Amino acid sequence: MVDRLELGAIFLGGASGALLRAGLGDAFPAEGGEWPWVTFLVNVTGAALLGYWFTALPHTSYRRPLLTSGFCGALTTFSTVQLELLEMLDAGRIGLAFLYIAASVAAGLAGVWAATAAARRAEAA
Amino acid sequence: MGRDCRGTQGGGGLSWAVWAGVALLGGCGALARFGLTLFVTDRLHAHFPLGTLVVNLSGAFLLGLLAGAALDGDARLVLGAGALGSYTTFSTWMLETQRVGEAGRQKMAVANLVLSIVLGLGAVALGRLIGTQL
Repeated sequence: MVDRLELGAIFLGGASGALLRAGLGDAFPAEGGEWPWVTFLVNVTGAALLGYWFTALPHTSYRRPLLTSGFCGALTTFSTVQLELLEMLDAGRIGLAFLYIAASVAAGLAGVWAATAAARRAEAA
Repeated sequence: MGRDCRGTQGGGGLSWAVWAGVALLGGCGALARFGLTLFVTDRLHAHFPLGTLVVNLSGAFLLGLLAGAALDGDARLVLGAGALGSYTTFSTWMLETQRVGEAGRQKMAVANLVLSIVLGLGAVALGRLIGTQL
């Protein structure tokens, strides 16, 4: 029952997403306890892209697992956000931690919502 | 997948082997997330997106472990940014929250946000605490 091509697509997308995120993190390193721009931007962008592709791509296409579970899933990260929040709290920057998670979630949800609406409009047209 | 992908770092940029390790473990992290999410979802016929929560909390715990064990350099990049960064996901968390809310389950959507953040912080802190004992 396992679709090897689907798994291959998820692997390829995951490898690409991880490389892009890690490459950006290496190019623009963030200090612990500071606003992590790379994580913030890849997460918000990845959430919007996922909203679009999850809505628009047909289940029959291998581009769907490649770009949704693979690329967007790997480009964005939850664990790094939690460690960044913990380091902000360590540094006593509680306000920054609150702002960071609130902005990430608000922008992430808004991105998913807007991209989903755009994909549905495109489909209806 | 127990291969060691670390490369020796001869000044300047990271070696190709490190990036190959990030890509390889990044791909594996995505597959592990996909597999575990399916496993949890198949066993729980509920509207709550528990699969992603389990993935994200376990990944946060493991990243805390790496941080606590003071693992850094190439190994940290490959395991932390590559494997765990890829394994855990922000985009799916947001998508599932939006879809649950759109389906009229606003309380469940809020619970998914709050539980993920609070338990995620607890998981990473616990991981780090245990990591320092290693």
